[in-house]
Amino acid sequence: MINLTIDSQKVAVEAGASILEAAQLVGARIPTLCYLKDLNVIGACRICMVEVQGARTFIPACVAPVAEGMVVRTNTPAVIKARKLVLELILSDHPQECLTCNRNQNCELQKLAEEFGIKEVRFDGAKTEYPIDDSSPSIQRDPRKCVLCRRCISVCTNVQTVQALCAENRGFDTLIAPAFNEKLANMECVNCGQCSLVCPTGAIVEKDDTAKVWAALADPKKHVVVQTAPAVRVQLGEAVGAEPGSIFTGQMVSGLRRMGFDKVFDTDFTADLTILEEGNELLQRVTTGGTLPMITSCSPGWIKFCEHFYPDLLAHLSTCKSPQQMFGALAKTYYAKKAGVDPADIYSVSIMPCTAKKYECQRPEMFSSGYQDVDVVLTSRELGAMFKQAGLDAANLPEEEYDEPLGISTGAAAIFGASGGVMEAAVRTVYEVVTGQTLENIDFEVCRGLTGVKEATVQVGDLPVKVAITNGLGNARKVLDKIRAGEADYHFIEVMCCPGGCIGGGGSPIPTNTEIRLKRIDAIYTEDERMVLRKSHENPAVTTLYEEFLEKPLGHKSHELLHTHYTQRGVNKK
Amino acid sequence: MKSLDELAKIKESRRAVLKIREGVPSATEKAHVMMCGGAGCISSKCLDVVDAMKESLSKNGIADQVQIILTGCLGPCDMGPVAIVYPDATFYRRLKPKDAEAIVEEHIMKGNLVQRLLYRSPGAKEPTPKVDDIDLFAKQKKIVLRNNFYIDPTSIEDYIANNGYAAFGKALTQLKPEEIIEEVKKSGLRGRGGAGFSTGMKWGFTAGAKGTPKYVVCNGDEGDPGAFMDRSVLEGDPHSVIEGMAICGRAIGAEQGYVYVRAEYPLAIERLSYAIEKAREYGLLGKDILGTGFNFDIEIRIGAGAFVCGEETALLTSIEGKRGEPRPRPPFPANAGVWGKPTVLNNVETWANIPEIILKGSAWYAAIGTEKSKGTKVFALAGRINNTGIIEVPMGTTLREIVFEIGGGIPRKKQFKAVQTGGPSGGCIPAEHMDTPVDYDSLGALGAIMGSGGMIVLDEDTCMVDIAKFFLDFVVDESCGKCSPCRIGTKRMYEIIDNISNGQGKEGDIELLIELATTIKATALCGLGQTAPNPVLSTIRYFRNEYEEHIKDKKCACNVCEFKE
Repeated sequence: MINLTIDSQKVAVEAGASILEAAQLVGARIPTLCYLKDLNVIGACRICMVEVQGARTFIPACVAPVAEGMVVRTNTPAVIKARKLVLELILSDHPQECLTCNRNQNCELQKLAEEFGIKEVRFDGAKTEYPIDDSSPSIQRDPRKCVLCRRCISVCTNVQTVQALCAENRGFDTLIAPAFNEKLANMECVNCGQCSLVCPTGAIVEKDDTAKVWAALADPKKHVVVQTAPAVRVQLGEAVGAEPGSIFTGQMVSGLRRMGFDKVFDTDFTADLTILEEGNELLQRVTTGGTLPMITSCSPGWIKFCEHFYPDLLAHLSTCKSPQQMFGALAKTYYAKKAGVDPADIYSVSIMPCTAKKYECQRPEMFSSGYQDVDVVLTSRELGAMFKQAGLDAANLPEEEYDEPLGISTGAAAIFGASGGVMEAAVRTVYEVVTGQTLENIDFEVCRGLTGVKEATVQVGDLPVKVAITNGLGNARKVLDKIRAGEADYHFIEVMCCPGGCIGGGGSPIPTNTEIRLKRIDAIYTEDERMVLRKSHENPAVTTLYEEFLEKPLGHKSHELLHTHYTQRGVNKK
Repeated sequence: MKSLDELAKIKESRRAVLKIREGVPSATEKAHVMMCGGAGCISSKCLDVVDAMKESLSKNGIADQVQIILTGCLGPCDMGPVAIVYPDATFYRRLKPKDAEAIVEEHIMKGNLVQRLLYRSPGAKEPTPKVDDIDLFAKQKKIVLRNNFYIDPTSIEDYIANNGYAAFGKALTQLKPEEIIEEVKKSGLRGRGGAGFSTGMKWGFTAGAKGTPKYVVCNGDEGDPGAFMDRSVLEGDPHSVIEGMAICGRAIGAEQGYVYVRAEYPLAIERLSYAIEKAREYGLLGKDILGTGFNFDIEIRIGAGAFVCGEETALLTSIEGKRGEPRPRPPFPANAGVWGKPTVLNNVETWANIPEIILKGSAWYAAIGTEKSKGTKVFALAGRINNTGIIEVPMGTTLREIVFEIGGGIPRKKQFKAVQTGGPSGGCIPAEHMDTPVDYDSLGALGAIMGSGGMIVLDEDTCMVDIAKFFLDFVVDESCGKCSPCRIGTKRMYEIIDNISNGQGKEGDIELLIELATTIKATALCGLGQTAPNPVLSTIRYFRNEYEEHIKDKKCACNVCEFKE
């Protein structure tokens, strides 16, 4: 242990701890901007400066390790004055557009300015001028608002291993952007939006599509249907001011109805359907010698990642569309017919914890109903914004049920929102389908949690099924490299693009961090437990769907509507 | 070469050939012409002079009796092209191709010096023919530049003849690694890159650091405007750097070295590459050096035009192939340098001192210089001074001696105003401090720094606001952009000073500049940012009246600044 003094308080911490971490133990909250625990510890913004006795300069608390006998002062007038000037400098190169900014009142820079009591910016010199990049269907970059904290680079490079962003030019002209300031849409960017999740300001935000939805709702000719992803019910609360981990399923349904959606459906319905299609696909591959391991295909960021970086492994991907796109295809075929609505009049909205879904719904493969299957995707953050705009007091709304039939679902579908959930749901179904026996203990703890790569072997009848589960694309790489090297003997792999799975998706409420991810995961499993039905094959609406429309899993209609194919994209190609 | 004996044999046989350069006439050769081949003299067309001389030698049938050697920088760039003709050590200056014939036919063939090409001290009637008698050289002491007058930088045997690689041999066979480090510590050598940290302590930390492999790195990213000390060493005596690094490799247990040279130094890169190749060929780099079992090799890394890469952590990051940006210290390079491994990083000039220290001993070295600054320092004299170029003087030489005696004073009878040391990280020292002995601590006390050795002389026509603006413009351009105080703060300082210099200055600007400067110094990430405000602070300290005049009277007494209406 290292002993030091911080603001006259004695404290002992483990060697290697930073001054910032040590200060937290004595209740000294040192302000930070570029720092992001475990992800971005680079000492760039110089907001966290403290005084260390004997040091020639102030010391950045986030990167400076503690030393024996160190004497630290975190709040002397000199330190406070220096921090204020550094912040004033940052503000002097920032557009003063807070009131119209996407991140108004949820901006770390704005919060610092308030905390520091900045009343005036004395410098009226040049400002960074780079154009907005709105080439991506998912993410919009506004370099003028960038404070060059580099969190986005860190998450894109170190967590997702995509490296779509880097620092270029230098000095005052430094720009965080794709290499050579290329448009994001032309990059290997997988649209995961993790950058938008860690950006402290409004420099990287989701593409705002709320206006399209308001317009559709205002159009009397449109029959507007909405689907909500499993994770959104445990995120909406946060987006409207509730505590992380709040479950807002019923309130969300009633709120959407009050906004004027004609039908409020649930992506969970097609999550159950996915299990039937994908489970049967797995069994078919196992029994007919198909390509194994089979890898899940629910996560569009992961799909694009595989297309760019592992195009040689595309045959391993399940051909199942994601639940969102299965829903989209059915809404304009099965549902349209059943409800007697012209599919041309249906406007299909989806609410997702995900920015990549905005890209996915525009893919050319996603027009199997004869129309764009899903017209527009909103993130959980955008839904929160719509709730606020509509004056909906979400916490006090009555809890209502989803509409039938595409709103009926099981607990197995709910857990799709957390890493390991698809695998657990699949096991619940495959086990019973193969063995014909009832699965007594349906909670597969081994699948759950934030561990980057989880492995398990599940005995299904005579077959020991070997599975792996990864979340975060850097972790996916580890397993994919094993497949490439011929060292992977898994049958089935679940890959989720974002850390923690969809509850940590790039469209989630901000902030999203490890602690909050864990609370959302808890909420997801609570949601599962309180469902009457918890196995996908028990979903009566899915059974009816097969009877009335699809006939059987992997059947002709399924192939037409529910399955897809992939594109070898490679890298460095436009 | 597999043993020290072989090294000694090469030395002896080559020394015999080089006697002529020590003033001993040769039976077979008439002369050795040491033509300065530094980048400055090459720019002033010394190669044409060489061609003309060769032609004349052929015409006179004595081409095989005269050697023309292209050396590294001889120092007085303003007089270039310059040459020294041995055995009589005659110094010629401002040579043109048409002068070649006179040197060959009069001097070399008949023994008559060419009077019009000789050096004359300012005011002296008679010329000073011998190089050692010339005032400009007489007050200098050459340790780092010990070989520039004598050797062909492309000849490893020339280097060996002048005791080259003898120190390395000694370090390999007579000294234990810890004894080498002890010698360097006792010598008092401090880093010549500018910060002046004890070289021996740095080596000691690295030797004691956990982690293998260890690395030895040479910083040749010399970037201060007007500074070219390191270039002179790399061009003129590349083996001295290689030898210094190899000795360190032995001392800390490293087998790999990197020399980081800026891309703007193509000749230095060419000569160093050639020297590394030759050292390998002679078995002085590579495996089992001199049969001792010690392995060491060096690779060159070429910079990409960023000043910040002279900062040690940015340089290391650049060697790793990443964007050259500084990283926080600690960890220091001694613990986590290249690829996160323990690394010694010293500047070119520091490395060139090492062989002499090991060969002649720490006591010899420590006897030169001042109490806390030992040895010599190489400076690049530039600006309003008669003798621009490269000089090497003992630490403790006063600014007055440097500017007025070695440097020959100010041209056109102008008044001396200040000397700027340390480039963009340094400051301006005014006339009243001219008797300050030049060492790390006394320059620091004046608000300037020793820096890497750039010395720019300013005369009465120099506007100090304009000087501060020049250096700020430089750092604004060269800031890497990683930390906010440097990225935005230096820009804001530049904007304020730009306003002052064009007549838009406001009451309170000086105070705002000082506030910005002190905060940037205290909060910036690396040495570049932490020292970037120095030129402004030191000019405000000594020449505040000029700032006030610009702001209040809208006047630039030197008529340098152009005011907007």
